[in-house]
Amino acid sequence: MEACTLVSMSILLGVLVRWGVSFNSYSGAGKPPMFGDYEAQRHWQEVTYNLPIQEWYFNTTDNDLNYWGLDYPPLTAFHSLLCAHVAKLINPEWVKLLRSRGYESPAHKLFMRATVLAADLLVYIPAVVLYCCNLTNGSTNKKVGTLLCILLYPGLILIDYGHFQYNGLSLGLTLWGVLGLGLGWDALGSLAFSLALNYKQMELYHALPFFCYLLGKCARQGLTGRGLFSLVKIAVTVLVTFALCWLPFLSDPEQALQVLRRIFPVARGLFEDKVANAWCSLNVLIKIRSILSSDSQFYLSFAVTLLAITPSSLKLLKTPTFWQFKLALVNSSLAFFLFSYQVHEKSILLAALPVCLLLNDLPLVAIYFLQVSTFSMLPLLLKDGLLMPYAVTSLAFLVLSTHLLSALERCTEAQLRLEGYRRLAAWLPAWLPRLDLARIIRRKFYTSLVLMVGLSVASVALPPPAGLPDLFPVLVSTFSFLHFLGTFIYFNIVQLSTPQGKQKTL
Amino acid sequence: MAAPVESSGWFPALAIAVSLLKCLFINAYHSTDFEVHRNWLAITHSLPVSRWYYENTSEWTLDYPPLFAWFEYGLSQAAVHFDRGMLVVENLNYASPATILFQRLSVVFADLVFIYAVKECCTTVREEKSAKDLLRRPCFVLAVLLLWNFGLFIVDHIHFQYNGFLFGFLLLSVARHLQARHLEGALWFSIVLNLKHINLYVAPAYGIYLLRCFCFTQDNADGSLRWRSFSPVRLVSLGAVVLSVTAASFGPFVAMGQLPQVLSRLFPFKRGLCHAYWAPNFWALYNVLDKALSMLGVRLGLLDVAGLPKASMTGGLVQEFQHAVLPSVSPPAALLCTLLAMLPALWCVWRRPSGGRGFLRCLVQCALASFMFSWHVHEKAVLLAVLPLSILAVESRRDAGIFLMLATTGHYSLFPLLFTPAEFPIKVLLMLLFTIYSFSALRNLFSGEGSLLHPLEALYLLGLVGVEVLCEVVFPLSPWQSTLPFVPLLVTSVYCALGVSYSFVRLYVSLLTQEVTEKTKRL
Repeated sequence: MEACTLVSMSILLGVLVRWGVSFNSYSGAGKPPMFGDYEAQRHWQEVTYNLPIQEWYFNTTDNDLNYWGLDYPPLTAFHSLLCAHVAKLINPEWVKLLRSRGYESPAHKLFMRATVLAADLLVYIPAVVLYCCNLTNGSTNKKVGTLLCILLYPGLILIDYGHFQYNGLSLGLTLWGVLGLGLGWDALGSLAFSLALNYKQMELYHALPFFCYLLGKCARQGLTGRGLFSLVKIAVTVLVTFALCWLPFLSDPEQALQVLRRIFPVARGLFEDKVANAWCSLNVLIKIRSILSSDSQFYLSFAVTLLAITPSSLKLLKTPTFWQFKLALVNSSLAFFLFSYQVHEKSILLAALPVCLLLNDLPLVAIYFLQVSTFSMLPLLLKDGLLMPYAVTSLAFLVLSTHLLSALERCTEAQLRLEGYRRLAAWLPAWLPRLDLARIIRRKFYTSLVLMVGLSVASVALPPPAGLPDLFPVLVSTFSFLHFLGTFIYFNIVQLSTPQGKQKTL
Repeated sequence: MAAPVESSGWFPALAIAVSLLKCLFINAYHSTDFEVHRNWLAITHSLPVSRWYYENTSEWTLDYPPLFAWFEYGLSQAAVHFDRGMLVVENLNYASPATILFQRLSVVFADLVFIYAVKECCTTVREEKSAKDLLRRPCFVLAVLLLWNFGLFIVDHIHFQYNGFLFGFLLLSVARHLQARHLEGALWFSIVLNLKHINLYVAPAYGIYLLRCFCFTQDNADGSLRWRSFSPVRLVSLGAVVLSVTAASFGPFVAMGQLPQVLSRLFPFKRGLCHAYWAPNFWALYNVLDKALSMLGVRLGLLDVAGLPKASMTGGLVQEFQHAVLPSVSPPAALLCTLLAMLPALWCVWRRPSGGRGFLRCLVQCALASFMFSWHVHEKAVLLAVLPLSILAVESRRDAGIFLMLATTGHYSLFPLLFTPAEFPIKVLLMLLFTIYSFSALRNLFSGEGSLLHPLEALYLLGLVGVEVLCEVVFPLSPWQSTLPFVPLLVTSVYCALGVSYSFVRLYVSLLTQEVTEKTKRL
């Protein structure tokens, strides 16, 4: 069948599933006084529509920052303003200052869901389509299979269309950046990524690979000649983009500083809730937050994060190929997720995006990670009443991705890029057993699937024991942490063991 | 669906994927049919059998045959574990989350019958050359056309009904006939007939075909009937199968002397010729012609406005449609038209059965004839023709073309079932998904044999896009929305009626010319 038909059917299916999930509940539905992220987004529309731009990030009588104050960069605020204008056209009640707080109605839900879909249709989905058509290898069927799998990744769909956020927009812009770099349009790529950074500060997780790749590439062209020119071009693009996004806040330094303070709330602590990163998991054993002062917590996490991203960044700087870049994106975002300060469980989506890009190259590990990443958000999803869509989309993704990408067949040691181990094994003393890594990974995959199903069922059906009310969320986050750590190590090994100049083959 | 290169396990993957997709729409809009079935669960669970067909607390009284009531009774045994509230007859319009979950899941699980039947149908598909590419294999195409059928999806899993389950039995019986396992086929058909009596539409095809091909064991050399080969044993065994199923279903009610009451529930002739939303059939065209003639008559001064029946000016909103110029249609007249429309197809099967495929063709023809001319037809009944026609479509180019016409117009005519804004994207996306797939898959199957559709046919189908934009985007913004609210439904129904009627005629032409070409071949 023609590629065009298959691609359009994949898109239709992706949109259909998104819209299907959107029929379900959202975060904080019917839960006054604070509600949830849905209300936060609606509130931002209300604030940006009614207040002058200078008051958006300040605490005033009309703008109570303790009630979902704006804490994302300017582009999010502009997006909210745009949505607010549309909302005003449909029903002015939706954005009335102060009086619209906690507004909920089926029509409003439909409108909010539609804004998410519109953003996806304009930014995320086209980027995914272009990526799969231009930057993946293999037959048409394989490309379309990858496309369908990326579009059906449950984590993103559940958070955007269930819980309610606009991750499709920030991740989509990043993906446009990746596309630009992959196709050799570095300036356009950095423009897109700068926009992503200005939409959501969490995109900093991806910033270092972008920086290292571009710098390494320019250095390779010679920092005195053509390379310098490209570097200047990229730098100017980034600076101009940032300047345009921040223009309204640049007139007064106090404005810009206040925005920065809102975006990076250092005072909020090492971690909140149960998140599957190193600190929260360590907390099960050692209560770090009571041992260390808040400042030393910050410096500790900063130092560890820096340490964790250094190897992959240096390698990328030395060999700036697209394959290395994709791996570095995974390693950097995972390092930030695992070790940095103030991480939310939803931030795993930032690591999930680059892993999605590797679905075609390393199907088994990618599917494995993506399943666990969705699972790691289970407590959040259960709180939002999204059990049914969680179960359905996860199962569908598992069945379709393993089937379409023939993940379980394509996992020899070479295909898992673990040839390094073979070479290493030749040097090992003879009494050490030679491990069949491919088989181990496959077995682990099955075991983890069973454990995830078991833990999901237990979280839903069993009441926690009396003394341990948080037992299941802690189990979920620790289980996920171990997997994320394993994935982090695996991708680092793959990245660091790729020989110089070796492009993606196989 | 991008399929993998290797061809193992594609059927379960397709079935699981569509089942999961169905589960995604649990919280979507559901029609009053949801309450209908909840009420039947309550009736069968909490009342003795003797009261089932007398209970009338709810306006949605039990009006399916007894076997379906027993099916509801079986479901209610599981429903107990979800929410007992739904099993109380007095709890009208009860729709707790557990009730919704249970009823929706019951449809998804009942569809297992359908999935099995589709698998059986796929095994009967003739494959001339085994194509390397899975996407080009007729059995794969058939599986997608049936499992992912747009109409069945929205009618069952959004609107809410159990058609998948019922069509499962029907397709199973068709598959058994194609496999020449006639007694089994007859058994499944008598079961589905006792589950939902709408299958009477295709009963003549079964009757004639079984009599001709099962009860007579041999043909003459020229393919005509050899009267002496009649086998009384077969007739008796066939009768035993059919009668035992019917006896199990209706027997208890006959014994209790409730048969007249049951039948009055099953066949409510008090309803009008057309449903509130006209099914796109012959009568829709007839009504519109009547309206046009009366308006013309008034304009030319041949008719007196005061003498016209009032309701005719608000057609589409009332059940009773009184014709102003053309003769009004009575139930017997509609029945007569239906039988006349079926007759040629039945005659063809009797003269020259040409195997299971001839029977299937006749079945489609009967279903479509009933849809075209019966009394009070629902728009959903078009599926009775669309689904069996899928099997023929993957085997012959000509049928594929007719299938595309019928399926696309028939499915589009289901659009008014989902009228809520939130469900608008679903129907459009699903329809596009199914239509794009069916067009490209069938074109691929018959690549090199010319195009499937005449340019005019393609133009007509493209017109559906215009109708949709006009009815759901332009019209609501126009001032007529408040004065003539029925116009979109009217336009949809009439436009689709043209396509369905055309398919009906094309099918007949194809059947009769096939007859002629076969005859000339023999001569």
